[in-house]
Amino acid sequence: MEIIVCIKRVPETAEADLVIDKTERDIEKEGLVFDINEWDNYAVEEAILLKEKYGGTVTAISMGPEEVNEILRKALAMGADQAIRLTDPGFEGSDGYAIARVLSRAINPLAYDLVLTGVQAEDDGYGQVGPTLAELLGIRHVAIVNQIEGIENGRARVHRELEGGLDEVIDLELPAVLTIQTGINEPRYVSIMGIRKVAQKETKVLGLQDLGMKLEEAGEPGSMTVVEKVFFPPVGKGAQILEGTIDEISDKVITILKEKGGVA
Amino acid sequence: MDDIFVLVEHRQGAIRDITFEMLMKGKQLCEKTGNPLTAVLLGNDAGAMAEELRDRANRVILIEDQKLENFNSEAYQRVLGNVVEKEKPFLTLMGHTAFGMDLAPGLAVQMKAPLATDCIDVMMEDDRVKATRQTYGGKLNVEVSLKPAQCSMVTLRPASFSVEDYSLGGEITRVTSPLAEEIPSKRFLEYVEAAAGEVDITQTEILVSVGRGIKDPENIPMVQELADSLGAALSCSRPVVDKKWLPKDRQVGTSGKTVKPKVYIAIGISGAFQHAAGMKGSGTIIAINKDPKAPIFNIAHFGIVGDLFKIVPSLKGKIGEALA
Repeated sequence: MEIIVCIKRVPETAEADLVIDKTERDIEKEGLVFDINEWDNYAVEEAILLKEKYGGTVTAISMGPEEVNEILRKALAMGADQAIRLTDPGFEGSDGYAIARVLSRAINPLAYDLVLTGVQAEDDGYGQVGPTLAELLGIRHVAIVNQIEGIENGRARVHRELEGGLDEVIDLELPAVLTIQTGINEPRYVSIMGIRKVAQKETKVLGLQDLGMKLEEAGEPGSMTVVEKVFFPPVGKGAQILEGTIDEISDKVITILKEKGGVA
Repeated sequence: MDDIFVLVEHRQGAIRDITFEMLMKGKQLCEKTGNPLTAVLLGNDAGAMAEELRDRANRVILIEDQKLENFNSEAYQRVLGNVVEKEKPFLTLMGHTAFGMDLAPGLAVQMKAPLATDCIDVMMEDDRVKATRQTYGGKLNVEVSLKPAQCSMVTLRPASFSVEDYSLGGEITRVTSPLAEEIPSKRFLEYVEAAAGEVDITQTEILVSVGRGIKDPENIPMVQELADSLGAALSCSRPVVDKKWLPKDRQVGTSGKTVKPKVYIAIGISGAFQHAAGMKGSGTIIAINKDPKAPIFNIAHFGIVGDLFKIVPSLKGKIGEALA
């Protein structure tokens, strides 16, 4: 089983105070902590689990500058066999379509049975790259996979998450792209020592020319959508913020609960 | 033709809400531009659904085929590719749902159509399609424009548009399915329901709900005790289930349960739209979060900006006193 897993390095913004940058088309990235996209972490774990079950190799691919090596090393420490980094100034500003196009050019010459991606990325949240990649590679796909039951005779039986607690069971032909949902497994923990151990492993670096791509095929020129501007979501009426000491706030909550039927 | 197409989403014999939301938005766009609004319905024995949609569009294109009984992105892509090729709609709207996320990207590539996903609004300006979407878990809005094209595609986030009653009295056009045979490469096998747990969170009057901010499974008993002191049930947001700290039947949100208790106390939940969609109908929402810009404060009635590990124990003590 030859498995490719596509991963992205994203800023952790859940508790960060975002600042819009001068271009007004993105946020200031300085000072933010970056890590592997949460969905992709589950995808790497799933790839390793499949390798442990069926044998074969796992190749991790990521797009971006040298800092992306951090998450590629993490994937190697988790059990991936090799890493490829796609980097070129011409890739900057790529939308979901252009990202998929670059990935497809890198993956096309490789031998593979499965390509795993996360369902979506924490930053852009397109939820589009995996299925787009499948169409560009001319292979099958299933989006939002929350269980891989088994793989036999060149076919996979997978569960796909629908709304309202319902799953759909799909049988499909390989090779295929599966986009992996969070919660599908319990990603293994990698220690700093583990990451250090793989630091010597070589990462293959490929750019626009290596992939035989033209400037107009990637980045903003190769994208189907263009970011015009970013802005903070308008705040509606919003919550009435309860102020005071912890004690005073608790008293206010009790009063609200009494009024609204929370406490008899 | 310059139609706006809306792809009808249905499952297990029922049209899903997102369909009516997309048609509502489509109607508003068409009123401005004068384009006709067309609902495209793929299914098996779907005549009754087509009737239900008549008033919502100028036209309902109905394509019936046994092979379209259940959603299958490959079958749908072939059929829709065919219809879009022939009818050349200016804009096609699909849901940013399990259905649309599996279908739209492949269809867009096939039709060489620009696609903007997970949009909360869509506009037409000077013959260009523009859309608003959210990034960074709903903390930032982004205005994107789609490359000029004969045919553009947008997937819309569920619950982004409120639906009003209207009647366009549309006609139903039947189109023959172009599918000659079953598609062997991707087959739908069955639906599987999530197992029911010991507590039904849709049936309690008060829910104490916990999210990623709880940080460690060792802290779950603390919120369980708060729930117990209120006679409430304990529910949670997705990350808590993903980490196996609470079972799936406790999850509130699009992929979990939709709840409407009298009081919903959200503890350490940021309020991503997937969660909000499952609880915004609650009577009173009280949110505790240390990030004052967390989206949960936009839908909560009362907010506490602070450390849940200080507030929850204090609250539990006060409730004990109040009930004593």
